[in-house]
Amino acid sequence: MNAPKKQLVLTNRVGIPDSHTLAVYQKTGGYSKALSKTFSQTPDGVIEEVKNSGLRGRGGAGFACGMKWSFVPKNTGKPTYLCVNADESEPGTFKDRLLLEKDPHQLIEGIIIACYAINCHTAYIYIRGEFDLSYKRIHKAIEEAYAQGILGKNVLGKNYALNVYIHRGAGAYICGEETALLESIEEGKGQPRIKPPFPAVVGLFGCPTIINNVETLSALPFILSEGATAYKKWGTEKSPGTKLFSVSGHIQKPGVYELPLGYSLKKLIEENCGGMTAGKKLKAVIPGGSSVPILTAKDVETMMLDYESAIAHGSMLGSGGVIVMNEDVDMVWALKNLTRFYAHESCGQCTPCREGTGWVDKILYRMLHEGGTNEDLNLLTDISHNMMGKTICVLADAMAMPVLSYIKKFPDDFRNHFRRTGSSPRAKVI
Amino acid sequence: MLFQFNAQNQKKFEELLSHYPTKVAALLPTLWLVQEQEGNISFEAMEVVANLLDVSPAHVYSVATFYTMYHLKPVGKHHLQVCRTLSCALMGSENLLEHFKNKLKINEGEVTPDGRFSLCAVECLASCGTAPAMMVNETYHENLNVQKVDQILKELK
Repeated sequence: MNAPKKQLVLTNRVGIPDSHTLAVYQKTGGYSKALSKTFSQTPDGVIEEVKNSGLRGRGGAGFACGMKWSFVPKNTGKPTYLCVNADESEPGTFKDRLLLEKDPHQLIEGIIIACYAINCHTAYIYIRGEFDLSYKRIHKAIEEAYAQGILGKNVLGKNYALNVYIHRGAGAYICGEETALLESIEEGKGQPRIKPPFPAVVGLFGCPTIINNVETLSALPFILSEGATAYKKWGTEKSPGTKLFSVSGHIQKPGVYELPLGYSLKKLIEENCGGMTAGKKLKAVIPGGSSVPILTAKDVETMMLDYESAIAHGSMLGSGGVIVMNEDVDMVWALKNLTRFYAHESCGQCTPCREGTGWVDKILYRMLHEGGTNEDLNLLTDISHNMMGKTICVLADAMAMPVLSYIKKFPDDFRNHFRRTGSSPRAKVI
Repeated sequence: MLFQFNAQNQKKFEELLSHYPTKVAALLPTLWLVQEQEGNISFEAMEVVANLLDVSPAHVYSVATFYTMYHLKPVGKHHLQVCRTLSCALMGSENLLEHFKNKLKINEGEVTPDGRFSLCAVECLASCGTAPAMMVNETYHENLNVQKVDQILKELK
């Protein structure tokens, strides 16, 4: 994996040998200033600092982190839980894996800060089953932290107890959805829950629960030690700080890049990533993981990597998974690859999603292998509209939005797959 | 013979129970432990797990079949999991999968007659920047091409 080029908040240790060990973490300032600042103020003070930093959830939704924490009710008589979402499975995204493998102690320090802020004494790290090295690294890091009294009955002698457990997933994209993640821990089958009630009020085991992404938590040590103002030095007014972007596809230097929010997407592709491979032209970019609407080469010219600019360009920043495609890519083929993914990963709970993902995938299969018609495009559009906003979670939307955007932005690719007049009538549905 | 945990795993199982306020919450890690010990998860083992955690065997079955990483049937000694999602597909994973099928003379979901290899296509492994990628058992192999996978196959005894 390529080391990020700019070292800012999250990736400062990535290039250092043995960056995953406690010794290196402490030698480079870990478990020191940030924790003493944390424990020297009230939990509300910590929440206020994080609110001031403007840190937004880095899992995909971009919800304000401090705000989310402030939703946890106080004095319920129930325990509060923190669940760390390390179930990174959004196609095109591989940033959390880097943080877990290279800097697990930064995450643990972030967990301690978050738990103190929300008065939580038990945290679960939900890690995707495939991440074996990440699992080993975080497991070892937790052991080291317990042995040094950084975790356990009396965290750093501050009279604060915190236990951290790892819960391994077993291969299901849907478990990255926060309520599915809770179900996966509680009952086993990761099927999302209806909201409200929101997990902050009724979450894990019926108790107040905060679910935060690995990258969000990993930013906390910096914010606490250097202060909200230092964090806001980077980024834009509404999207402060830095974010990790996972770049893949037809570019010279794929990898994880830590950039200030508001950075130019074109510059990321052309300068940081060294441009396209094999001298090909850029055709399309998915800016935030496979679930967000696609961009054309023209959109890329003006799009900035922040939440607001992404929306202004008809897409979303999502998880920051940037997939770059060159002029040779048939967008029907690309979309078909993704619809198979969503059809495979639908949890099967809601009819519009279970049936919709399957039918869209079958229609695209037919278009790709046997030719399609204009009627197919209407049908794909119709099915997509009947999926969006009609299900318990947003997996249905996560497929419908790409479908609608691919058709809108690359209509010629679809027309290239139309059957010629006089060819065989509608072929069999497989 | 009924499935049971060996002494070491029995201890691990008891440790797992202490992580959660309910027994059923230990279901996923318990199934992992069964698979670690047996290589796959049989119906008999599911019944035993159901008894251990005070849930119905049907519940355990519904969970074991919900996830792709629990093996309900034995897999090969080397379980090849080739990523097929977009970033890997852009970098040629479709060809790679075909190459495996031709070379090993098996389809996705099958095991070679000698039990050495099993093959499946999997969804995004979060290895998009080093595509195409695959896992052999739990180990990642990245930046693959045909020559490289031939070499890997040769080294896997």
